Amino acid sequence: MAALLTLVLLAAVIAVVGWPLFSRRRASAPESADRAELQSAREAKYREIRDAELDYRMGKLSREDFEAVDASLRAEALVILDGLEALDAGSPAADAQKPAD
Amino acid sequence: MSPARKRTVRLVVALSAAVILASALIYTSFSAASPTVTPGQLVREGVAGREYQLTGKVKAGSVRHEGQTLDFAVQDRAGEAAIPLSYTGQVPDPFKEGREVIVTVVKGAGRYIGQRDSLITKCPSKYKVTPSKGKTY
Amino acid sequence: MPELGRACLLLALGVCAYGIGASLYGVRRGRPEFALSGRHSVYALAGILTVAFAVLELAFLRSDFSFNTVADTSSTTTPTFYKAAAVWSSQEGSLLLWAWLLSLWSSLVLFLTRRRLREESAYATAILLGFAGFFVSLMIFYATPFATTNPAPADGVGLDPLLRHPSMMIHPPMLYSGYTLCIIPLAFGMGALIARKVDAEWIRATRHFALAAWLFLGVGIMLGARWSYSELGWGGYWGWDAVENASLMPWLTGTAFLHSLMIQEKRGMLKVWNVSLVLATGTLAIMGTFLVRSGILSSIHAFGGATLGVPFVVLIGVLIATSIYLVYTRRDMLASEHRLDSLLSRESIFLANNVVLVGLCFVIFWGTYFPLISEALTGHSASVGPPWFDRYTVPLALILVLLSGIGPVIAWRRATLANARRNFLVPLACALVVLVVLLASGISTGKPLAIAMFCCAAFVLGSVGQEYWRGTRLRRASSGEAPPLASLALVRRNRRRYGGYIVHIGIAVLFVGVAASSSFQHASELSLSPGQSTKVGAYTVRYVRPTGTITSKQDAAHTGATMSLGAVLDVSTGSHPARHVATLTPSEGFYDSGEPSQGSVGHLIGGQAVSHVSMDGGVTRDVWSAIAPDISTPRLLRVMNIANKTIPLVRPDEGMIALAVLVREYLKAPPPAQLHLIVSPLVLWIWIGGLIVLGGALIAAWPAPSAVRQRVRVGVRSADDRLDRPPASPERGLARV
Repeated sequence: MAALLTLVLLAAVIAVVGWPLFSRRRASAPESADRAELQSAREAKYREIRDAELDYRMGKLSREDFEAVDASLRAEALVILDGLEALDAGSPAADAQKPAD
Repeated sequence: MSPARKRTVRLVVALSAAVILASALIYTSFSAASPTVTPGQLVREGVAGREYQLTGKVKAGSVRHEGQTLDFAVQDRAGEAAIPLSYTGQVPDPFKEGREVIVTVVKGAGRYIGQRDSLITKCPSKYKVTPSKGKTY
Repeated sequence: MPELGRACLLLALGVCAYGIGASLYGVRRGRPEFALSGRHSVYALAGILTVAFAVLELAFLRSDFSFNTVADTSSTTTPTFYKAAAVWSSQEGSLLLWAWLLSLWSSLVLFLTRRRLREESAYATAILLGFAGFFVSLMIFYATPFATTNPAPADGVGLDPLLRHPSMMIHPPMLYSGYTLCIIPLAFGMGALIARKVDAEWIRATRHFALAAWLFLGVGIMLGARWSYSELGWGGYWGWDAVENASLMPWLTGTAFLHSLMIQEKRGMLKVWNVSLVLATGTLAIMGTFLVRSGILSSIHAFGGATLGVPFVVLIGVLIATSIYLVYTRRDMLASEHRLDSLLSRESIFLANNVVLVGLCFVIFWGTYFPLISEALTGHSASVGPPWFDRYTVPLALILVLLSGIGPVIAWRRATLANARRNFLVPLACALVVLVVLLASGISTGKPLAIAMFCCAAFVLGSVGQEYWRGTRLRRASSGEAPPLASLALVRRNRRRYGGYIVHIGIAVLFVGVAASSSFQHASELSLSPGQSTKVGAYTVRYVRPTGTITSKQDAAHTGATMSLGAVLDVSTGSHPARHVATLTPSEGFYDSGEPSQGSVGHLIGGQAVSHVSMDGGVTRDVWSAIAPDISTPRLLRVMNIANKTIPLVRPDEGMIALAVLVREYLKAPPPAQLHLIVSPLVLWIWIGGLIVLGGALIAAWPAPSAVRQRVRVGVRSADDRLDRPPASPERGLARV
């Protein structure tokens, strides 16, 4: 009984571990990885922009500092958005995919 | 002073402060610590008036309650030397004969006195290395 | 079935070895399918260890005493709940739990980051499998949970009665989850360093795991403290015992990490601090795991098992050496992007926060490992007690609480006098008001540290309250919502910030409870006979009458005490007339020792006695009581001797009748009993503070509501843009506060 269960377990383990080595669906992986990274970066960047603004309005960031920080954050956000648009343009099929988050 | 210089100064000051505080800490730990001894060591090296952390097993048959005082003897794990002492204060639940204990003692005039509330009993070993025999009942 | 368990362990070791190889090969040779196979190995490992754990759990639930661990820690009379939990009360079972939890958390984390952090997670996978492999090897070669004895004993030893308490059973899994979760940021930190990618992406991923680890550790620590206070007979919640300290240290460095991350995010500073903190947290977690089970330090929790010492020391040595090497060789990429502009700035306060937390950790580390250090340096082992710890940790804790009030409100880069006036007036006023009130009330004589803590807590509450007030006002200005709604919306849209503020409130409340209950406590320990009373603080406690019960061995609903002796205590306050406050019923439970040498009746109560504390908890104070009845008076001993002589060993039922006689004799003429009474103010607020911290952390960790993200995706410019300046770039629709 124990031996049988062990063999079943062994087979399952080999299947789980070996599956990536024999599966064909590798092409889309880098794509979706980049998209997911960019999306999470975008969310984080938006959060940072909001945070900086809240700091400014609560008096923890001087006006000059805020304007400098805000400008650079927005520039970074634009870079991310450009990257996402490039991905969308490059693979219209991927457009239909739901965002990872 | 240039900003770089200011930063170096700040760093040096901060590090010096840290070193001084750490040294104070280390120094007081050595002076505030009480040596951990077994009954055998205490018998051989014990000095009157000094505090020691005595560790060992409660000797079977030595436990006696006298009003508010608990008299018992602590024995070496090997079962050789035993130190009798009088203790007042909190007695933890697991205390009983054969249990491993740690108690702070001071050698008084001819006897050992356990410091108030210093008695610690080791939690009965949850993790045993060798399995014990099963008990049939 | 034990064969299946053993096979699982071997299979697990094989999978770990393969996974490490596949991940490393995959990442270094650019073969993503191998890296993916490595990740799948972690999933497979989780599956294998689940099966192994299930095998052990089933053995316990079925009371299969052929398993040595089952025979050692369970018995036929152990209640089912404790049977299930007894799995992790032994060395072997707890190692399995540790490895299993590590595999589960690792699988979850790797699944959640499956599309990101490709390179870092491949290395992290190898490191996590390395840790898992280490623990599995320990189980295979040193302490296997699947060792059996043939023929199986008919019954087990049973679970130690001291551990038969629900929170004592949840405490290990909570703590182990905390410890294993600390390993994950360590693995990703090392992975990031190896891959030379310590950037924003790494921060984002690691923060969540670190927060989860911090949360679980914190809950584990609080549960342990609560158990110690309400179940153990010493009436305290923290004793600076080695094992308590071992779990606190990674929590402290974890706290520093969570804060210091913000500075790296916002200003690209403190990068070396952050990687060092995350590596230290993981290493301290391993050291904590090691300390608890190696018996190298004499403490209340010294568990035996010196054989496990050497592998752990080697592992810790490897961890420390690798960490130092990685940080040193990657130091160029860890250079700060900005410099500290002023000592009065948020960056500086966060740096101070790091220093204080690490300082606290160092003090605790030094005190905890002092016996080993002094032995190594002087040849004599010596230990320091709670007073030494208190001397150094209390001032540091004061500074910490103060910093938690300053940090949220101080300006970035450089705080000006105008800033300070605007932001610190209210909190300072709160602190001053509290100070004046306390001084005027006259209770503050001789307790400067407690007063200082109360003032610091008031400062924090003032500072956080001000933040909420101002934020709500801002929100209302743009949305016109009613105040409560505005506050809620504010928190929802800025969870991390306002959730964090709630955590600070919780910490302040917790420390108020700690300060009050340590500095203003009244304790009394004395012998009382029925009818006598004594004064403790503002209360009068009267020993009304003794109590005694016998419980049959078969009563599984009870904790299994054979005999229980106690007292009814009446607590009142004031006089003319005295006002009844509470009735307390502390008792001492006597358990079966299973040793025939103690006598046929003697063994029924010869096992470890467990004190059942009785307390009246209140908002302003706890009245706590414990009793140690005296059963060795000459009369009672005579009854016991006669019973031992006349009742045969094999008639436990008749033994119970004899015990009933003993109890009746005790109740008829009760000897003076040793009573321990404590009145501790504001203890409840320690637990409340802990709950507030938990709530705040959950709010901070909760993912942002999808509503916010929806607005952002649509790209519509929000109407409540109050900033009076031209946009630097085409607006892409950023939602406002």
